[in-house]
Amino acid sequence: MKKARKQRLLLVIFIVVVASLGVGLVLYALRDNINLFYSPLQVQSGEAPFDTRIRVGGEVVTGSFSRASDSLIATFAVTDGAAQVPVQYQGILPDLFAEGEDAVAVGRWSREGVFEAEEVMAKHDEEYTPPEVAEAREQAEKVKAGADQSKRPDN
Amino acid sequence: MWQFLKTWYHRLASPKWFYHTSGRWLPYLAAVTILLLVSGAIWGLGFAPEDARQGNSYRIIYIHVPVSVLALVGYYLMAVAGAIALIWKIKLADMVMVSAAPLGAVLTFLALLTGSIWGKPTWGTYWEWDARITSMLVLLFLYLGVLALSRAFTSRDTAYKACAILSLVGTVNIPIIYKSVDWWYTLHQPATIKLTGGSTIHPAMFKPLLVMIIGFYCFYALVLILNTRAEILRREQRSAWVRELI
Repeated sequence: MKKARKQRLLLVIFIVVVASLGVGLVLYALRDNINLFYSPLQVQSGEAPFDTRIRVGGEVVTGSFSRASDSLIATFAVTDGAAQVPVQYQGILPDLFAEGEDAVAVGRWSREGVFEAEEVMAKHDEEYTPPEVAEAREQAEKVKAGADQSKRPDN
Repeated sequence: MWQFLKTWYHRLASPKWFYHTSGRWLPYLAAVTILLLVSGAIWGLGFAPEDARQGNSYRIIYIHVPVSVLALVGYYLMAVAGAIALIWKIKLADMVMVSAAPLGAVLTFLALLTGSIWGKPTWGTYWEWDARITSMLVLLFLYLGVLALSRAFTSRDTAYKACAILSLVGTVNIPIIYKSVDWWYTLHQPATIKLTGGSTIHPAMFKPLLVMIIGFYCFYALVLILNTRAEILRREQRSAWVRELI
């Protein structure tokens, strides 16, 4: 390779490496701000600020959802496995919102310990299955869970 | 062997040779592209089973995923062409880089648009400033930046250097887009098709998607070649062989 070309090749490598390093350092410094939402543990441990517009995300706790009989107010809890945050929301929920699935709520974390949501978004997972396959899988899980329970001596 | 590769490389670098050879292959490439895209679209939209949770709205992946893949891959192609133009000063590489920019911009825009249309029924919002969506928007601006730079200089010699450097700097963004869903909390779900390990999509849904992805690769090659041919004619309009052609 000619000397001039070698120098230009080094320049190209230099540009890519320096740009990667620079952007990498910036992203590392901003790593907490890039997250779209706080996890329930971060909210409960006081990392999330009170009374400003924030987002909290996690799995909707199974059995926690209830809707008032005379209004559109809905309450549920989100969890990350370590902590739970109760959420109150008035409005229409997205179609994919369900217990046991992930959701992201936008709103204010009040000092009473309730997250007052203005907007709730569903976060769908990366799995795509036909309905029959999903049903068959659920059935199999139920059978398996039943078998596990019957094995337990105290049951 | 080495000698053969070297002569082939030098011939490939000649715009005239590229123009004539690509002209011969274009009809076949166009036929394969149309076949793949039409069959993939009919298969995916009409015959693949619906999703257990999302119903029929998931079918937008048959457009959304291929255009997003090509938007990312196309950026690397543009940057590599830029590096070749910068190091070896090959005119054709510069023409390929400039031709890839508008194509990539359109694909990125389509990825954002289809994602937004998909987002409303599934997430409940058209737009959210999460890491994946924002970094994809940055990619659109990078493509538009290269496009603008290529038109901003009167001297071609300055223009290609500026474009190549911007393309090379922008390559940092590609792994960020790809890994954003794993590195940070985002609204966008993690990758379904993984390079290593199993994919979390049923084979009956995956096969048409694969046909669409390969079809879009062919489509990308086809449009890139057409763009490059137009660029060759524009730049070489004073040369004898182009005058003869027109």
